[in-house]
Amino acid sequence: MLAPARTLDGTDGLKRLTVATPDRPLKLDSGRALDHVEIAYETWGQLNADNSNVVVVCHALTGDQFAASPNPVTGRPAWWDRIVGPGMPVDTNRFFVICSNVLGGCMGSTGPASKKPDGAYWGTEFPIITIADMARAQIALLDQLGIPNVFLVIGGSIGGMQVLEWTVQARDRVFAAVPIAVAPRQSAQNIGFYETGRQAIMADPNWRNGNYLSEGTRPEKGLAVARMAAHITYLSESSLKRKFDRKLQDRASKTFGFDADFQIESYLRHQGQTFVDRFDANSYLYITRAMDYFDLAGEHGGVLANAFRGLNTRFCVFSFSSDWHYSPEENRDLVRALNAAGCETSYVNIETDKGHDAFFVEEPEFEAGLRGFIDAAANARGLVKP
Amino acid sequence: MKSGPGSQGMRRADHVAIAQFINRGELVLDVGCGDGQLMDLLQSERGARTRGLEVEQAGVNRCVAKGLAVVQGNADADLPVYPDDAYDVAILSKTIQELARPKFVLDELSRVARRVIISFRNYGHWRVRTTLLTTGRIPNLGHGAGWWSDGARRPCTARDMAELAAEAGLQIVAATAVGGKPVNAKSLGRLNWTAEELVFVLERKKR
Repeated sequence: MLAPARTLDGTDGLKRLTVATPDRPLKLDSGRALDHVEIAYETWGQLNADNSNVVVVCHALTGDQFAASPNPVTGRPAWWDRIVGPGMPVDTNRFFVICSNVLGGCMGSTGPASKKPDGAYWGTEFPIITIADMARAQIALLDQLGIPNVFLVIGGSIGGMQVLEWTVQARDRVFAAVPIAVAPRQSAQNIGFYETGRQAIMADPNWRNGNYLSEGTRPEKGLAVARMAAHITYLSESSLKRKFDRKLQDRASKTFGFDADFQIESYLRHQGQTFVDRFDANSYLYITRAMDYFDLAGEHGGVLANAFRGLNTRFCVFSFSSDWHYSPEENRDLVRALNAAGCETSYVNIETDKGHDAFFVEEPEFEAGLRGFIDAAANARGLVKP
Repeated sequence: MKSGPGSQGMRRADHVAIAQFINRGELVLDVGCGDGQLMDLLQSERGARTRGLEVEQAGVNRCVAKGLAVVQGNADADLPVYPDDAYDVAILSKTIQELARPKFVLDELSRVARRVIISFRNYGHWRVRTTLLTTGRIPNLGHGAGWWSDGARRPCTARDMAELAAEAGLQIVAATAVGGKPVNAKSLGRLNWTAEELVFVLERKKR
């Protein structure tokens, strides 16, 4: 596959709205501004009469807006239909759900794979963006849709970072917030892992200093390696052992070569290869950089609680016991700060060996807790149960 | 998580005894909140705002499902991160005798809340004393298994608890037998004979 199969004229079938124009530019944390920003999004369910049933779902690093329905471009199934859908914890019979592709993403929103007003690809001329910029663009999208208040903002991982930015930026326009498997700041360990991935991409000769789209190449090898390295951090040692241990891949004995002898190698290679078909390498650079720059306390005088002081939003934070990408301890730092700020806060640590990616897969205690919190919050908000 | 006879649907007697000391609008931290029964009671009948701390997943999930704000954590380890004077009241309902570090927890609670309320089983009750005297054994109140079983309660009396409170720099501003009427701390000797379960309301000693 060559260039991403997304077009800017809407012929790819992706829903988009313009959220920034030369009159209304999107101001970025870097000091730069974007004059032309489109955000691609999907919705499910019906907006109620007083616009009080809006749920914003924030996707993770390599996700997209297709949380609850299949992606027509990649053909991949919905990534979160365990959680979002009719009768699910985020019940689309009750709520109007919006999920948008992040600023800097590659599923229809403006990013390095989009074209500049002059018709050339942005590539690495695209300004560096932050998690706060992503939230800013999402809030601008909701403004465009005429939705001032949000019942719930929910998301895991970098989606959880966006949730936190939402509550801080939109202040009391957010009734309830569910950050999942998140950290209030990117750790040195994670910056290190993502830097490794970025270096792999940039070391690929096909990256062409970021100009691969105009030069008709794709840094697939580098991007695949980046994905492989990162993917290990989304799992846990115990789940790797349970699933793969040292089992050999379709062979009786070691080959004494560099083939994928072990099942884990084969699995990671597959993860890398399928990833390059659907993701833009420069987007990967920009979004991981945004994660590296995330430090909510740093934005608020070094005191995390200051970010949340005075908020009326009710929070429920979830973490997973075997997550070493965003560990329970980092989630507890967040809970601590929310408590110190006097916010109404719940915190649930789910016992599981599935690591960081537990929120994507079957995890009954997580789903039960989520359902309980959201139902109770919806009742408190006066939203009718279907 | 705490459960036991009468814990489903009925109000626990010590919860009712604790509730009388809670005023409308107060922010209450319930340490070891179980499935949130006491928080429910304090919100609906006393108009309090409540937060919970609970170690067991099932209790946490049940609280969250009821819309109660509860943090999953361990009183013996997690309290130091709570800010000073964050709450009006902190409650240990039949929890203090199950803690690994009761003095530490009481110290921490007296830091984070202006008032600490505890309910506990009184091993100074006359029946316990006579049993000890006649059989040479301490009855294991509210506990089927032997005294050596995991998580067994600390058998302490009203006077023992008063000593702990004093050690933690707290004074008993009210005490009551569960199901009885509040008395002042001077009547402690009598309560120590007659009450099977007690509630103490503790405040920091004036300096």
